[in-house]
Amino acid sequence: MKEYGVFDLIGPQMIGPSSSHTAGAARLGGVAYRLANRKIKKARVTLYGSFADTGKGHGTDKAIVAGLLGLSPDDSRLRDSLQLAAEQKKDITVEFSGQSMNHPNTARIVVEDEKGRVIDLLGASVGGGSIEIQGINGMEVSFGCEYPTILIFHRDRPGVINKVTGVLAEEKINIAFMRVFRNSRWQNACMIIETDGEIRSELLEHIRKEAEDVTEVCML
Amino acid sequence: MRYGFHHGKDLCEISRRENIPVSEIMLRNEMEKSERSREEILREMHSNLVVMRESIKKGLDENETPHGLFTGGDAVKLMSFAKQSSMGTDMAEVVASAMAVVEFNAAMGKIVAAPTAGASGILPAVLIVCGEKKGFDDEKICRGLFTAGAIGCIIAKNACIAGASGGCQAETGSAAAMAAGALAELCGADVSVVLDAAAMALKNIMGLVCDPVGGLVECPCIKRNAIGAANAILSCDLALAGIKSLIPFDEVVEAMQRVGCQMHSDLKETARGGLAATPTAQKLSERLM
Repeated sequence: MKEYGVFDLIGPQMIGPSSSHTAGAARLGGVAYRLANRKIKKARVTLYGSFADTGKGHGTDKAIVAGLLGLSPDDSRLRDSLQLAAEQKKDITVEFSGQSMNHPNTARIVVEDEKGRVIDLLGASVGGGSIEIQGINGMEVSFGCEYPTILIFHRDRPGVINKVTGVLAEEKINIAFMRVFRNSRWQNACMIIETDGEIRSELLEHIRKEAEDVTEVCML
Repeated sequence: MRYGFHHGKDLCEISRRENIPVSEIMLRNEMEKSERSREEILREMHSNLVVMRESIKKGLDENETPHGLFTGGDAVKLMSFAKQSSMGTDMAEVVASAMAVVEFNAAMGKIVAAPTAGASGILPAVLIVCGEKKGFDDEKICRGLFTAGAIGCIIAKNACIAGASGGCQAETGSAAAMAAGALAELCGADVSVVLDAAAMALKNIMGLVCDPVGGLVECPCIKRNAIGAANAILSCDLALAGIKSLIPFDEVVEAMQRVGCQMHSDLKETARGGLAATPTAQKLSERLM
């Protein structure tokens, strides 16, 4: 049974009209923004299912673009985000697809950061502004960004998890949830660690230094 | 956890044991769970109150009436009519304020989901507008928001608060129950009366479907917030008058959950049934494509 706090019922503050189609969409855009180290050059967004059918009326396109620009779901500039993106010379397009997906409110966001690194994100808005990230670069994953989250891309090797959790232990950070995904044995893998405490950026540096099989560390 | 609760009967028990009202249970529960201070939590709630109040004001701004795709301007109309209203000026103003918030929401304004965006007009209208008419200050209204949160938590845990899971009863029904119970506590009622008020609000709209025209949070959502606010005040009055809910709150919530499960998916936010399936709605929806 999910634990509800008072602010799950009275809140969040958000730009309307819909917690799933607007606020959740903005959060999905925000995850892509942070995965691209907050420096987006280009983004290709595709909306599926109900996102595609009613997205225009709910401002789903504007919400995702706002997220990609680093705006939070309660930022009043959300409704002018398309114009804002053009002003900032960001190459962002949004497409409405007729293809059906597992969840009705699904978006695929392919972002390129300023260094040319490309990230392919698949996510769904699952209700009440909550989201579920379902895929990263073709790898099936599942997490909701309800907690401070660290995403670690690494090679599938023995001992990597030990080194990473060792750093967290040293920094006295408690892990609330942790899952590891991989494409196949010895190939690319991804660790998703949700923590109880805030994560400082020095910690990410520390992880990069300690574990040589880690290829990229992001804070969501 | 000392202040953990899953059902209405838990609230009764804690309230008796600690001699505190529902709002205080919710506040201490949040302190316990989040490990944050009372002041910090109260500050966050007050910030929600500020946004709620602003959303009423913006929604009633005659110079800049907010419009969605199909709707807008109706809150202002009712507000101007309030003096002639057969339900009384005060009630008309509360109802107009509930509509104002959801009209502002439809126009991509900033609101507080309570518990959802589609039902965001009911709590602000009942607690702020009705509350201020009764002379309640911000501190007291914030207390009411905690009471409302406690009722909402129980509904969310044992039933649901999303239209896609339980229909409109889960959204505007939950909001009305939360507002009815909260107003009852602010009027001095004890926990059993608070739960009776909430139970009656849920009973009054049990089975209400979620059938948004074009899938948008506009029609019938705005007017469902109108009736939701009226439902909350009526249910609160019934409870304060000493009228009991024959079916206790916890069983009403269970019943609502069962009804939500029995409801056809066409009637749960998919815009395939109810009003959304009428010829007029279909024609309006074509405009969206």
